[in-house]
Amino acid sequence: MKKLLLASAATLLATAATAEDIKLGVLLGFTGPIESMAVNMGAGAEMAISEVNESGALLDGSTVTAVRGDSTCIDAAAATAAAERLITSDGVKGIVGAACSGVTGAVLQNVARPNGMVMISPSATSPALTTAEDDGLFFRTPPSDARQGEIMAEILMEQGVESVALTYTNNDYGKGLADSFQKAYEDMGGTVTITAAHEDDKADYSAEVGALASAGGDRLVVAGYADRGGSGIVRAALDTGAFDTFHFPDGMVSDGTIGSFGDEVDGSTGQLPGSDSPGAETFAEVVGDAFDPTSIFAGESYDAAALIMLAMQAAGSSDPQVYKDKVMDVANGPGEEIMPGELAKGLEILAEGGDIDYVGATAVEFIGGGESAGNFREVVVEGGQFQTVGYR
Amino acid sequence: MDFLNALVVLANFVLIPAVSYGSQLALGALGVTLVYGILRFSNFAHGDTMAFGAMVTILFTWAFQAFGLSIAPLPTALLALPFGIAVTAGMMLLTDRWVYQFYRRHKAKPIILVMVSLGVMFILNGVVRVIIGPGEQRFNDGARFIISAGDFKKMTGLSEGLAFRSSQGLTIVVTLISVAVLFWFLNRTRTGKSMRAYSDNEDLALLSGINPEKVVRVTWIIAAILATTAGVLYGLDKAFKPFTYFQLLLPVFAAAIVGGLGNPLGAIAGGYIIAFSEVTLTYAWKKVATYMLPDSLAPDGLAQLLSTDYKYAVSFTILVIVLIFKPYGLFRGKAV
Repeated sequence: MKKLLLASAATLLATAATAEDIKLGVLLGFTGPIESMAVNMGAGAEMAISEVNESGALLDGSTVTAVRGDSTCIDAAAATAAAERLITSDGVKGIVGAACSGVTGAVLQNVARPNGMVMISPSATSPALTTAEDDGLFFRTPPSDARQGEIMAEILMEQGVESVALTYTNNDYGKGLADSFQKAYEDMGGTVTITAAHEDDKADYSAEVGALASAGGDRLVVAGYADRGGSGIVRAALDTGAFDTFHFPDGMVSDGTIGSFGDEVDGSTGQLPGSDSPGAETFAEVVGDAFDPTSIFAGESYDAAALIMLAMQAAGSSDPQVYKDKVMDVANGPGEEIMPGELAKGLEILAEGGDIDYVGATAVEFIGGGESAGNFREVVVEGGQFQTVGYR
Repeated sequence: MDFLNALVVLANFVLIPAVSYGSQLALGALGVTLVYGILRFSNFAHGDTMAFGAMVTILFTWAFQAFGLSIAPLPTALLALPFGIAVTAGMMLLTDRWVYQFYRRHKAKPIILVMVSLGVMFILNGVVRVIIGPGEQRFNDGARFIISAGDFKKMTGLSEGLAFRSSQGLTIVVTLISVAVLFWFLNRTRTGKSMRAYSDNEDLALLSGINPEKVVRVTWIIAAILATTAGVLYGLDKAFKPFTYFQLLLPVFAAAIVGGLGNPLGAIAGGYIIAFSEVTLTYAWKKVATYMLPDSLAPDGLAQLLSTDYKYAVSFTILVIVLIFKPYGLFRGKAV
């Protein structure tokens, strides 16, 4: 009997060393304000996991199981409890999440750092997370909103626009973007003549436009939404002759803007997240009809899960304390570029000791503290249409 | 020249927008105040009645446009307006028959009628969204500008432009006409007089042989006319989106209360007071001051009293101040 026990313990140990069942937490806002996005985000992350399982190439045939947790997007206490459960009760080896900036910060400080757990968030974009203490455990696949502000400032400066009026929609997105833009622009020597918030869906914007026009500027930057307050501002600014050209961040670059204004806003500029990398197209092919591949943050979720598993392979271990240092290596060059659907190839190259540069669905390139550099598509309005002028 | 430029800037960014916005608010507040004066409750469904009226008018406008009917340079919507009013009036009379009448018969307290109107508001809210959708609709055609900023600059040689949209001109003219007709109706016609009598003292009015049901019907029809006109003018000037009409309800009520609920003159004054205070108190006077003052005195800052974030605080501060010092409103309406 004793022998038998010893023998089975030995076999258990032996198999543990070669192949194991790795649990991966998928901690997203399955209920709450972004629950509609979370459906496809979860599907994206789990698709990467099943792709790796089918290949059988991870850590000598280890399998990965996804364990879902609900980060609720707004309730930090609930998100913290869910993360706690994933780590202590389910024993996950890494977390894809969390989904919103506020709860992500809370989970990182209260759960991930004390437990030494790696987190890769597919959708937290707050600039505050860039500087958060993370012990090298936190990464994110979308760019920080601060990045878009810098890109915006660069585009305007390159075009010789040195003074602008700025209006933003009065919420976290608008305020964050406006702040980061203003800082970047003023650092580059530009002048923001006025910063005026506007509320969405209001009856009248003549007060806002009056103030913006009085302050003046070569161009009006509208950090708002195309089908809400932003278009009201643009309409009033055009009608009163206050501004002829505008700069549109991602919230305004949409069919709504074109439908409302057409060639009236010719000469305006803008940018939105996007890359010319073939990754997005490949991702759509890989996904097929399983879910909507263009759904926001679905690609980022796939990439987040893939990065965790590739880093495990590169480190030869599923221990977060070991593989956390490999995340940057597999995300960035040098090495063979890995597209969506090529995770098996990536795992094999790593197993042979080679280098990979994970591109994925969203052209992942990590900078600084482990966040995506972000790729932006620069557009200009010509003949009443948004024309792409380049990527940066 | 500088003086003229300053005047043009002021007119372009303060006077014209505030007058047209004020007219829209005044028309809306007139409807609210009329229902309050005669039926004795605050009709929260008024904003969505505006949306409903505007929606019906838009549907007719689209039909007319499809048939190629046009009264250019005026917008086709003006032609569709009577049809919109007719349908809205029918809808309001049916609502009264099915909903309000029941509570009136039971002599329900005003607060109950207010809650009932809240229910009607939600239903209208849904009806409008089901029929035309929650998105933005455009139905503006005809000439956009009476004078555009660019043309004005060319014409006068001034460095500042003055834009006057046809929808703004139309709003001001239509408001003037509707207000004149309404006052003539209330003060000179038999039905108008009976409405005022009913409003002043219901029991006495009944004793002198006034038919209350007729007064109620006429009130709803006038409210429908005012709401539809205001809704269409607002939609022509900005854009039609159901949700903004719901948002419009707050400034409309503020205007009606500041002027004195139940007092038509007060509703008009209230509309302009709210609009002008929103625009002038948050306006950055830098440009005007730069033109008016000698260079040495020209301001470096924006010369802005309040940031535009406080626009809505302004109208509600005025509302609170008026209610504290003149609880019946500036023009002595009924107690709120």
